[in-house]
Amino acid sequence: MLELDDLTLRLGGQTLVDGLNLTLQPGQLHAIIGPNGTGKTSLLRALFGELPLAKGQIRLDGQPMMPGNLAVWRQAIGYMPQNTQLDLDLSALEVVVLGRLQRLSMRLSDEDLDAALTALQALELSHLADRAMHTFSGGQRQMVLFAQVLLRQPRLMLLDEPVSALDLKHQMQLMEHLKAQTVDQGWVSLAVLHDLNLAAQFADHLIVLGEGRLQAFGPPAEVLSGELIERLYHVPADVRHDPDGQPYVRTLRAAALPG
Amino acid sequence: MNGSATVLAVSGAEMLERQRKREGRRWRFLSVFAGLIFCSLTLDVATGPSLLGLREVLATLLSPASADAMTRAIVLDMRLPIALMALVVGAALGLGGVQMQTLLDNPLASPYTLGLAAAAGFGAALALVSGGFGLSPLLAIPAGAFAFCLLAAGLLFGLALLRHVGSQTIILAGIALLFLFQSLLSLVQFLSSPELNQQIVFWLFGSLMRTTWPMLWITLAVTVVCGVLLHRDAWKLTCLRLGEARARSLGVNVERLRLKTLALVALMTATAISFVGIIGFIGLVAPHIARMLVGEDQRFLIPLSALCGALMLSTASVVSKSIVPGALFPIGIVTALIGVPFFIWLVLSQRGRARA
Repeated sequence: MLELDDLTLRLGGQTLVDGLNLTLQPGQLHAIIGPNGTGKTSLLRALFGELPLAKGQIRLDGQPMMPGNLAVWRQAIGYMPQNTQLDLDLSALEVVVLGRLQRLSMRLSDEDLDAALTALQALELSHLADRAMHTFSGGQRQMVLFAQVLLRQPRLMLLDEPVSALDLKHQMQLMEHLKAQTVDQGWVSLAVLHDLNLAAQFADHLIVLGEGRLQAFGPPAEVLSGELIERLYHVPADVRHDPDGQPYVRTLRAAALPG
Repeated sequence: MNGSATVLAVSGAEMLERQRKREGRRWRFLSVFAGLIFCSLTLDVATGPSLLGLREVLATLLSPASADAMTRAIVLDMRLPIALMALVVGAALGLGGVQMQTLLDNPLASPYTLGLAAAAGFGAALALVSGGFGLSPLLAIPAGAFAFCLLAAGLLFGLALLRHVGSQTIILAGIALLFLFQSLLSLVQFLSSPELNQQIVFWLFGSLMRTTWPMLWITLAVTVVCGVLLHRDAWKLTCLRLGEARARSLGVNVERLRLKTLALVALMTATAISFVGIIGFIGLVAPHIARMLVGEDQRFLIPLSALCGALMLSTASVVSKSIVPGALFPIGIVTALIGVPFFIWLVLSQRGRARA
């Protein structure tokens, strides 16, 4: 269980996140949504211990994060930063196996390599295993780095725009995998997403941030509304529901608006 | 991402096999370089004012007792320490360069470009001008060079210790240090007599000829210890190449790794530079050549950078004695004169291959 108590983040005199209170259950996928510059990335960085807290507390399974115990804190975390720009002469397999850094010996064991291969296979990436990172497209790099983070077997998963460079198929593949592993392994998973429909489709809860404050929190069907989207993004939108109750968002062009 | 069914069918066992093959190929590069180094060392000992045959040199090296006293003196007492020093200093510069490039995530980083060599040069000049602070010049000049090299490294450390100082800032500070110490060196030269000036210039050229056995042992010990300590962090350093945030997420204490590596590099390069003077270029280029051959896997990149640096300086030493028979070209000039065209050719041919 991840608990945020009155979490406040400031950088250079500016308040990025203000008084956030949240309790997130394991085995659930939470999508962080909101306009650009509302503290989504800052929130993930703070949870990872990269951004000092101005106020408040973060606890994972009852253990508080403290500046002195960051190394231990991070052992429980799988963190995928937004930037996946890597121009490296290392094979995908070698990059993924680094997910097991803590246990690697000078000679790579068959066991470690097998684990890395399995992670790649699970994402249907095994054909990339022996190709160098610098020959990959942005989307391929993103998938390989996702495989790396899977290998860490975390309790808390933090993904910053994990699908930003992916085509439709791989977006679905990554999200399906994340969702299934979150349930199976009992992770607390947080992913920053910009695609509201993808978030609605996969997330158990939406964490809606606007101007550094929590605007809404709850299951997508309860949270998403045309009014919320217009208030957050200043874009007129229409939220409809599938026969099975799942919401989907359709943005409206100015010309389509009545009057 | 359109893996067709045929490529997808590659089995896990096959991929494992390919990974092992890749590692095997990297091992082969290490042994090829070790072999080349042995050849270059033999040639280095064989070249010099008094002509010795290759066979004679090899025989003396392998079983000293069988050679006559004269040959033994030339080979073992005069030439061998110099030839070995070329290897050790080259290795130290190669190691220093590769770790600075890793640490600062910048292909231009090297002990030279970050001002360490310039600081050493200024320290040596100061020791010369001040009459050696009462010490013998043999001791005072390396001591001065060493002290100022560490001072420059210390300034860079201080920066690295500060929170929120990125590698770009450290590089800029290094380049600023380079200019600062070059100006200070020029000032010392401007104020000193022509005779002293000539000695300073000669030191700045870099020379292996001053090498004695004790100097060699000190440099060797420092380089080996630092090199082994660096290699123990090979995996962490590889992670660092994925970016600092990602390295942290994999469990690397980036600040501690950066400080430790910088300390080892500073100690190693300061020792090497203080004995032989300024030899630029190797610290910059040897890591690039090693990286082209074995990639970013630091388990192999670290030793190959060292071997590549050693081979480059050893070859330069042979060439510096062969350009004008009987005369000696300053080795610092030779490394850049041969190295630069070779390096440009290498970079251009690599680009061509990448496009093809």
